[in-house]
Amino acid sequence: MTRLIHGDVAVGDILPELGIEVTATTVVLGALASRDWRPMHHDRDFAINRNGTQDIFLNTPNQAAWFERYLTDWTGATGRLGRMAFRMNTPVFPGDHMVFTATVTGTGVDDAGCGWIDLDVALMVSDVAATTCATRLALPLDDDDNPWARRGDAWRP
Amino acid sequence: MSTDPVVEMLSPVPEAVTDRIGLVQYEEEGGFPVEHGYIWTTCAAVENGNPLFWDDDVAAELTDGPIAPPTMLSVWFRPHHWSPGRTEPAVPLQAHFDLKDDLDLPEAIISSNTNTFHDPVRIGDRVRSRQILRSISEPKTTRLGQGRFWTIDVEYLNQNDALLGVESYTAFGYRRPGSDGVNR
Repeated sequence: MTRLIHGDVAVGDILPELGIEVTATTVVLGALASRDWRPMHHDRDFAINRNGTQDIFLNTPNQAAWFERYLTDWTGATGRLGRMAFRMNTPVFPGDHMVFTATVTGTGVDDAGCGWIDLDVALMVSDVAATTCATRLALPLDDDDNPWARRGDAWRP
Repeated sequence: MSTDPVVEMLSPVPEAVTDRIGLVQYEEEGGFPVEHGYIWTTCAAVENGNPLFWDDDVAAELTDGPIAPPTMLSVWFRPHHWSPGRTEPAVPLQAHFDLKDDLDLPEAIISSNTNTFHDPVRIGDRVRSRQILRSISEPKTTRLGQGRFWTIDVEYLNQNDALLGVESYTAFGYRRPGSDGVNR
């Protein structure tokens, strides 16, 4: 099982890319899994004629789930998300090839002794950042540390 | 004063709306307890094989039992599409839809979203949410049309009042170019 340790990460590190072919099923499954029933995420006619977009498109909660999956593929189960700031620039449609990329922008240990990593993460489509996600996540400082065990003032996301 | 004739068609923000800034609104409990099935469905939708969500032994070791992926925070308060006795469709983030109506901006998109994760969400939790309008912008013009940006925080708590997380949404409510610019 992957178990990334805080000291193994440095500013400037680049994560392996993840590429996914987006289909209508990707969009609809993601919307329904996140209990988002709004028609622009499953009704192509509504999306085009009411919203003015070219097709149905990935909803925000499902994009968040994709970002989480991408990041925890890298950290393993001991990586714990603290904060994610999304900016949605362009919609992601069926037929798009989305590619997740990330660069480590900061590392540090807070006053409570928690090891943090900051990353700039992007969902790219045709070399355009469709969505960006500034992420702060906690990693274990050593083999005995577990960020998930932190509660109350020991957890400062 | 704006010289953009279309922007000038936007009405001023009513005082009753600005009075809502900073107030807790729509405190409500999710329609069902946190359940494992939705967690697996969500993980399957994004091919998330994190053993924390699939392997009870890993969950026991790391988190004292199964938890939900942090990014599922908003899933637990989204209303059913239909329920007995309801005559109007329920919508999540009602404060957002109130603003669309009150500002007469028929379309809206979420332009940015910051999620902060606190205590893990556990199987069986009853998640409670509350919405707080934080700000409304002056009229703006984007490629989508003319409208306003607004920011709404949604705070999530469990049955023990522990803070599970905060989602902060910035939306752009707008009127499409060429649509009826007369406020109704």
